[in-house]
Amino acid sequence: MRWTHWVNFPLLAIMIWSGMLIYWANDVYTVTIFGHTFVRFFPQWFYNTLHIPQRLAEGMAFHFLFMWFFTLNGIFYVLYTLISGEWRELWLKRRSFKEAWQVVLHDLHIRKTAPPQNKYNAAQRVAYSAIILMGIGSVLTGLAIYKPVQFNWLAWLLGGYHLARIWHFVLTIGYVLFFLIHIIQVILAGWNNFRSVVSGFEVYEKKEKN
Amino acid sequence: MKKKKKIKQPLTIEQRIRRREFLSFGVFGALGIAGYSGWKWLYKAPQEKPGITAGAKLPLRRALNKTELFFRRLAFNESHLAKTYPVAMAAKNVRHNSDIGAEGNIEETSWRLQVLKKDGTKLSVSLNEIKALPKTELVFDFKCVEGWDQIQYWGGLRFMDFVKHFGLQDEAQLDYVGLMTPDKGYYVGIDMPSAIHPQTILAYEMNGKPLPPNHGKPLRWIIPVKYGIKNLKRIGSITFSNQRPPDYWAEQGYDYYSGL
Repeated sequence: MRWTHWVNFPLLAIMIWSGMLIYWANDVYTVTIFGHTFVRFFPQWFYNTLHIPQRLAEGMAFHFLFMWFFTLNGIFYVLYTLISGEWRELWLKRRSFKEAWQVVLHDLHIRKTAPPQNKYNAAQRVAYSAIILMGIGSVLTGLAIYKPVQFNWLAWLLGGYHLARIWHFVLTIGYVLFFLIHIIQVILAGWNNFRSVVSGFEVYEKKEKN
Repeated sequence: MKKKKKIKQPLTIEQRIRRREFLSFGVFGALGIAGYSGWKWLYKAPQEKPGITAGAKLPLRRALNKTELFFRRLAFNESHLAKTYPVAMAAKNVRHNSDIGAEGNIEETSWRLQVLKKDGTKLSVSLNEIKALPKTELVFDFKCVEGWDQIQYWGGLRFMDFVKHFGLQDEAQLDYVGLMTPDKGYYVGIDMPSAIHPQTILAYEMNGKPLPPNHGKPLRWIIPVKYGIKNLKRIGSITFSNQRPPDYWAEQGYDYYSGL
């Protein structure tokens, strides 16, 4: 499980980077509400400094190679957690959503007590379950916009080619947000926690009784 | 004489922790470096030798070809149709991207479609001969490799019907169709299953009117199972072969197949 985690990090980075090369060929998506554009994802100076538009073909080539590794890594992770039984620590429980909210309040120092937990708290369960669903979503929406005629049933299911493409982007933004929160949490959790994600064990110091 | 004995002390907990830590971080670092060098190798991999395809890194081109072949075998079926829409949904202002090979204007009367047959003879077809055959209309979501898509309304002769009417059945047994503009400035290669797909048409109408010059007057290729780059404007000649015909964008790093 640690392996897939660390393999996923560069893979996702490459997928997002090459995906951006594709998006930059035609950057139409903006967040526009009542005719007012709030977010235009990449302003003009950004392109001028980075010389971007010529790299669509390259982006596609990278994207369509690394999609395999990304998908296989995801399948491997899911299979492993299922077979090892570790999914029990990770997957949502009935009370997870309610408790996750309490965890959030606790972490923001609004609430004093956190709900009881096992290896992962309820907020982590929600996040780690969501990220798997997002991964599956990315693969499916990706497939729908990669071969929209051959997999037209899939594109239809996702609301058509155009909408499927937007879902694909929304999920990517989701990864970036996940990553930011994830990094903050890792820093807050400290060295011992980080070490355990690399080595697979944690060190507990026993308090000696005098 | 006393024998020197090496007594192995059992490791303390601290030592064991340190040892495991050293080992796992060592492996982690080594794999990290291996992954990074693998990436660097790929990123700096040499370009493919320019031929029918060009402009991509060699390993990436191989991967593209393999991936496309995989999806073609897995999913391509001529009964899979691109979704069609009611005419009312078609764009009035049809997007125009490029005129490579089809700049300026051309007169319908001076234009002929040249078809090179297997036995070396040439067919020269006028637009009226094509218009005389049953028309097929198609409203579908045109998809550009750049990412945009637009619902467009085209009318013309199905390539399948064209093949039948002009007795090109033997030619249709070959693997590829090659299309070229009259000035040879733009050219595409299409695999036969996609070419004889029931939605592939030789279009002479857009939104119910004859094609304007910037959309491929007088006759263009409309192929919904491919990206826009394969939808050649202003067809000059059609050839058939078992080798991949030259393809404008495949020479610039894009996938040869470019199927949807």
